[in-house]
Amino acid sequence: MSAAALVLPTGRAPRLQLSSDDVVKRGLMLVIALYLVLALAAPLYVLLSKSMSTYRFDLNAFEITRSDESGTAFGPARTVAALNADAKAIPDDQLDTGSDGRLSLTKLYEDFSFRSPVKYRIRGTTDDAAFLVGSDLKRGTDWVEVDSNTFRRVVLRPARTVGFDNFVAYFSTPSLAQAIWNSVLMGAISTILVIAIAFGLAYAMNRSRMRLKGLFRLIMTAPILVPSLLPGIALVYLFGNQGLLKSWMMGHSIYGPIGIVIGSVFFTLPHALLIISTSLSVADARHYEAAAALRATKWRTFWTVTVPGARYGVISAAFVVFTMVITDFGLPKVIGGQYNMLAVDIYKQVIGQQNFEMGAVVSVLLIIPAIAAFFVDRTIQKKQVALLSARSVPYEPKPNPGFDWGCFAYCALIAAFILTMIGVCQLAAMVKFWPYDLTPSLKNFRFDLMDGGGWASYHNSIKMALLTAVFGTIIVFTGAYMVEKSDGFRAGRSLFQFLAMLPMAVPGMVLGLAYIFFFNNPANPMHVIYGSMAILVICTITHFYTVSHLTALTALKQMDREFEPVAASLKQPFHKLFFRVTLPVCLPAILDISIYLFVNAMTTVSAVVFLYSTQTQLASVAVLNMDDAGDVAPAAAMGMMIFYTNIAARLIHAAVSRFLLSRTQVWRGR
Amino acid sequence: MKSRTLSVLAALAATFVASTAIAETNLTVYTAIEAVDLDRYKATFEKAYPDIKINWVRDSTGVMTAKLLAEKDNPQADVVWGLAATSLLLLKSEGMLEPYAPAGVDKLDKRFVDSANPPSWTGMDAYVAAICFNTVEAKKLGIAAPKSWKDLTKPEFKGHVVMPNPNSSGTGFLDVSAWLQMFGEKDAWAFMDGLHQNISAYTHSGSKPCKMAGAGETVVGVSFEFPGAKAKSAGAPIDIIFPEEGSGWEAEATAIVAGTANIEAAKKLVDFAVSKEANEMYNEGYAVLAYPGIAKPVEHLPADVADHMIKNDFEWAANNRKAVLAEWAKRYDAKSEPKS
Repeated sequence: MSAAALVLPTGRAPRLQLSSDDVVKRGLMLVIALYLVLALAAPLYVLLSKSMSTYRFDLNAFEITRSDESGTAFGPARTVAALNADAKAIPDDQLDTGSDGRLSLTKLYEDFSFRSPVKYRIRGTTDDAAFLVGSDLKRGTDWVEVDSNTFRRVVLRPARTVGFDNFVAYFSTPSLAQAIWNSVLMGAISTILVIAIAFGLAYAMNRSRMRLKGLFRLIMTAPILVPSLLPGIALVYLFGNQGLLKSWMMGHSIYGPIGIVIGSVFFTLPHALLIISTSLSVADARHYEAAAALRATKWRTFWTVTVPGARYGVISAAFVVFTMVITDFGLPKVIGGQYNMLAVDIYKQVIGQQNFEMGAVVSVLLIIPAIAAFFVDRTIQKKQVALLSARSVPYEPKPNPGFDWGCFAYCALIAAFILTMIGVCQLAAMVKFWPYDLTPSLKNFRFDLMDGGGWASYHNSIKMALLTAVFGTIIVFTGAYMVEKSDGFRAGRSLFQFLAMLPMAVPGMVLGLAYIFFFNNPANPMHVIYGSMAILVICTITHFYTVSHLTALTALKQMDREFEPVAASLKQPFHKLFFRVTLPVCLPAILDISIYLFVNAMTTVSAVVFLYSTQTQLASVAVLNMDDAGDVAPAAAMGMMIFYTNIAARLIHAAVSRFLLSRTQVWRGR
Repeated sequence: MKSRTLSVLAALAATFVASTAIAETNLTVYTAIEAVDLDRYKATFEKAYPDIKINWVRDSTGVMTAKLLAEKDNPQADVVWGLAATSLLLLKSEGMLEPYAPAGVDKLDKRFVDSANPPSWTGMDAYVAAICFNTVEAKKLGIAAPKSWKDLTKPEFKGHVVMPNPNSSGTGFLDVSAWLQMFGEKDAWAFMDGLHQNISAYTHSGSKPCKMAGAGETVVGVSFEFPGAKAKSAGAPIDIIFPEEGSGWEAEATAIVAGTANIEAAKKLVDFAVSKEANEMYNEGYAVLAYPGIAKPVEHLPADVADHMIKNDFEWAANNRKAVLAEWAKRYDAKSEPKS
């Protein structure tokens, strides 16, 4: 026996066996990841490349020859670049232009006179070179002969190139660069105000024993149910030149920074309140007992116990509010007056001037602060440690009549502000001709007589919101389930997680514009959905993906990871576990996601404003367009229709939740 | 017997032929006309040509122009019926329009027809720049009605004038281009410098200034006559003033989109769009028509609106648009920021 015979043959390396369940799960995750790539990453990439696409007159691409006074003997052909080198008529910086640029040629000839009998011939040196005679487009290398009078009307068209020129052009236009500063300033002021107000509210809600907390909570969330244009319209009726409370403005104009700040406070308040309230609702009574034992004053306790406990909530809320204010365009569009903001700039560039490249440039600029805010927020969130341990004693506020009534008064004041804003829109919508004929009338609800798409747009909105709620919930929940409950494939899961968080940092306008570039391209096979309801639904789901995803994740994290191994050991396929256990347990979260998507789909303007077609006009966009055309009262009326629809949806949601939960959540009680 | 069978067959064949003959052609028509007019225009046309059906795609002028330009390489429209002539010139310079001389085009006012032969676009009607002046608010403030554009630079109008931003509104550009053509480059910019001192807001849309004047949000809205008449019939206390120097104007026009698969039906629509019958239909809202001599006065508008129109050079406006707008933005966009 030789030693070699004792060596065992090397076996196959051990490999993890993928069960069929794992294959299905990864397949599903891949499908949803693909969805996010196509609906988010790819359009954003196209947007970025569009912002780099610039236009420049290529003087080497054109040749001109001119005749003598007889009009028959032509001189040698020279390129426009050569002519310009001699005449020095067109400085280099005038050659950079936009897609609609035009360059007149008469200044190349010092002795040019339109009465002269001299004739001109012009042609391109390449097939793509384009020029206009008057408004007739000429292209290619055939000579075009014109007389001197017509030569006045010859203009060159620019060629497309790639570079950073658009950014340079944007920053060198003072009014446009000013928009960046304005946006940041408005964002900062509104954020400070909102956080202060929301903190007070959250404090009153969580740390006092005042009455009507439930009612106040309900009123404070009302602004979520209306498009962000509505506070703008309300402010016009309250403080405009014919406003009910105009004297309160003391001569200042509501159109501009004042209006933007008040309106921003209105529509971001519920979001800030929700976040801060959550961070204030968990408190350890032992900290307060310790403070009392150490004879700390109430003031000192507030700053050393309450505020530090809530600081992550406050910071998080601040970033959310800041991002909302600088990326919202509905409000500054209505009430901003001459105060230029970035988000309105995109709209002006694209809709007003058809300057898609510049719109892309502003989009890229707008994405930067949003992404920065997002990452800072993520970093801070990681530092958040659990305030509540198993040994914590929940804090129970004690009755304190003075303090409680103070809180009540404060909440009542803010509630009055919110109700007044919504109420004045209702009032304006119901009168015949503000402010000269105040007889009640339903005339403003005859939307079919106005711009904006009429009642059809309202029906479209409901359809869009329902589709978004149904498909969005399915996509989001499936995606979250695959991320949370599958094993291995770590790299793929973190990439998926990143894609799912990205929509939070992408402003709606940017997403909408990116969709135009990506889908409105005949070379793209998905071009067919451009202008359809599908693109609106996809865009809206993507726009509101992150919050829904986080809600689903939170619900799924409540479930012990042991369920999967147990099911596997019992040889139960995962879909059975999913439908029999996971889905019923997570039902409250699923219902929350669907109502969140529905309400936001009803009110969203920023993304869909670039994507709707005549067949798919939406109520929220109709509010914008009617206000734009000066039909402010009908715009208010449509805004109120959205408000009532969302209230109805909320009520149905509450009823359905109660019914389903009574059937499926019995196990939660003992 | 046999002949009877034959005649039945013949009748059937005839029916079949007839039914194929009136097989409907569907035309996708892009437009920016008022929402209220859509059904009326469609019904009138389809009565005249029962075998062609119109599918409207409607939006405001700016959005429609952007949409058409965005679809440059893959046009979705067959015909554009009711878009500003300046916008159509922009499309023409991109080679997007099919030149066609509709039957009866020679009867139209020359100002309303593209100068090329065959023309790429033909006009329907015009909207004319006008001042909407709120008499109630003016009385409260003791301001006399302006007679001319230059009156608007007087100090008493400070903070009481609203006009559309030419960078986002076709009507706004129409005003600026008219002032440049009427007053000459130097005087026009001097006038706008003065006007800028009195402006309280530049709006995004062209009809909004007039509606704001109607609602008392401003005293003077620089706008055009159509929303003025509309606001007045809704009960707004305004006067519609045509300044004595003359008014800029814009034609609403029709054109065939190059590359349409339904060129015959498209030609029929354009034939109809220039007809007398169609012009009478436009007359319901518009005082100035492309077809001379048939216009009846429109309620709340003077009979001589057409006399206020300046000699407008559309081509000059289209080719100088970018330079003019850049100059305008340089002068007024930056300065219009509040000093905070």
